[in-house]
Amino acid sequence: MAAEAVVAKRSAGRRLAGLFYGRPRLQVGSLLTGPAAWLVVLYLGSLGVLLITAFWTVDPLSGKVVQGFSLENFEALIDEPVYREIVWRTVRTAALVTITDAIIAFPIAFYMAKVASRRGKGLLVVAVLMPLWSSYLVKVLSWRTILSEGGVLNWLLDPIGLHGPGYGMTAVWLVMSYLWLPYMILPIYAGLERIPNSLISASEDLGAPPFTTFRRVILPLAFPAVVAGSIFTFSLTLGDYITPKLVSNSQFIGTAISSSITNDLPFAAALALIPIVVMIAYLSVARKLGAFDHV
Amino acid sequence: MRKDTHPARTAWLVVGGLVAFMLVLAGCGSSGGSGSTGGGTSNELQKLGKGEGQVNLISWAGYVEPEWVKPFEAETGCKVNNKIGGTSDEMVKLMETGEYDGVSASGNASARLVAAGLVDPVNVGLVPNYKTIFPDLKNQPYNTFESVHYGIPHGRGANLLMWNADDVKPAPTSWNVTLDPQVAAKYKGKISQYDDPMSIAEGAVYLKAHQPELGIDNPYELNEEQFEAAVDLMKEQRANVGEYWGEAAKQISAFANGDDQVGTTWQYQYFALKAEGEPMAASPASQGFLPKEGATGWSDTWMISSKAKHPNCMYMWMNYIVSPKANAEVAEFFGEAPAQEKACDETKDKNFCTKYHADNPAFWKRVYYWETPVAECGDGEDNCMDYNDWVKAWTSIKG
Repeated sequence: MAAEAVVAKRSAGRRLAGLFYGRPRLQVGSLLTGPAAWLVVLYLGSLGVLLITAFWTVDPLSGKVVQGFSLENFEALIDEPVYREIVWRTVRTAALVTITDAIIAFPIAFYMAKVASRRGKGLLVVAVLMPLWSSYLVKVLSWRTILSEGGVLNWLLDPIGLHGPGYGMTAVWLVMSYLWLPYMILPIYAGLERIPNSLISASEDLGAPPFTTFRRVILPLAFPAVVAGSIFTFSLTLGDYITPKLVSNSQFIGTAISSSITNDLPFAAALALIPIVVMIAYLSVARKLGAFDHV
Repeated sequence: MRKDTHPARTAWLVVGGLVAFMLVLAGCGSSGGSGSTGGGTSNELQKLGKGEGQVNLISWAGYVEPEWVKPFEAETGCKVNNKIGGTSDEMVKLMETGEYDGVSASGNASARLVAAGLVDPVNVGLVPNYKTIFPDLKNQPYNTFESVHYGIPHGRGANLLMWNADDVKPAPTSWNVTLDPQVAAKYKGKISQYDDPMSIAEGAVYLKAHQPELGIDNPYELNEEQFEAAVDLMKEQRANVGEYWGEAAKQISAFANGDDQVGTTWQYQYFALKAEGEPMAASPASQGFLPKEGATGWSDTWMISSKAKHPNCMYMWMNYIVSPKANAEVAEFFGEAPAQEKACDETKDKNFCTKYHADNPAFWKRVYYWETPVAECGDGEDNCMDYNDWVKAWTSIKG
């Protein structure tokens, strides 16, 4: 009896295995269906819905969404100078944060990849990752406290007769650069790791001074990694709305979306398409610069 | 640079196909959905039945607290599930879900709720405590529409001007300290302003007193010229604003850390800062004065959802919350004037109603309760700016 059951069980498994045997397409297909459905339905699907919603409108009295087709939202985006200003401010800040992070991250990543000992490298990786262990909100609120009028920054600067920046655009730039730095360091570190030391030695053997080696050998090879890192810092800054709300009065694309989402969902959807367009442009430039060659 | 353009082309085809698919899907969804959103038929309850065992509420923070909810549950057998709404806009959105039986709506939500058919008329005959509600709260434009009652008044208050008494001297008696560019420049970067389109009405209240030639009567019914003037005033104010606050906690931290020194606030933040020992002063009704121009304020109304699954319990709740004892408790907890006349006998502080001017209609003449701005402005003409205009203007004010 028992033996028969085992045989039956095994044969069921066998049959299933037999079904897949010699059918590589079915193998791959059944493996990918779940993740692909996730990507298509939840990721791209919601983007599609967003795109459609942007053409809807809102009834002014009841606040109800009216489904239909109208370019009203896009007209408002173009006609109102305030939105152009908001978009420009957001893109400018994202670019500034990206450049700042690249400048700070490169030396750190270089030290980690090429100079530090094995042990030192491990410690540095942990140090870079450590800020990611704490919540985003905790970090921004800490910065809010640091930068406040009676905060620790003013307390430090006061004896030397200086005053902190307070809340505002400088604060946003500072906090964003802090928040996204690890996302810049890690790709550059990975990119520099991949450069064989022999290339650097060869450059030196051929008589190139250190700066020339950096400029002609290291930088061109590491540049795709910098671009890859910049995608993170740029897109994260572009989409953030909590930091600007907490440390400034300035409106960003994200804050404009969040403040119109309860009253006017279609308009918020139209606004949300702007970062998507900006990112598509950014990514196509990044692709030209070779950021995805090793992905 | 790329060796193979083929996979990229395939990817674009896939994306294109998906977008087409989603468009079809959305098209089907919209044609199916539009039929069912008729709503708005008046079907007020005629006879109070047995409680359904629970009631789902949306309320302002501090309106539904255990102290007075527990006795209600024991008395009626209706378990209270409460969801706190942060803003009027959020409350309207929550009501659209149809998951809730009722809401404590401010005047800037109530008209929208009625227009959207999200709330039903209230049969005040089934709410015995309605009889003794202060007369000047009944039949108001934010709770009665075309002579039909849409809710039970809960309580009222004025938005405050608050300042740090150590930094702002002498104590201001006018909103000019935040709104007159010359006066406000003294506190440049230290002014705190509520981050909401309703703040434009504060500008209108100020202009009503200082520029009578504009002819502003109701600060929520503004024609284009009056609206432009108020918006310009708020734009000028922007240069002096330290922080626009959207949530109470943000304003509390800004005043506690010295980032802001003077601005618009609610009772809640004022009490919280006082409790922290900060040297705050303000213009609460309890101290007997408003800034000389008057002030914006709120008068809240409990409304019943048109999709209420527990209408009997909701009626019991509406009657209970304006019962003398419960209304006294909530008014003292929140720091507002009760709606129930008899609540004045039940307050712990026997002078509470006098302090908060609960029974003084003259005081409330200078308080402009939040309303939803609509195009049709009293005179039968559609020449006022509607709420959508207010929202858009607020975005451009903040720049």
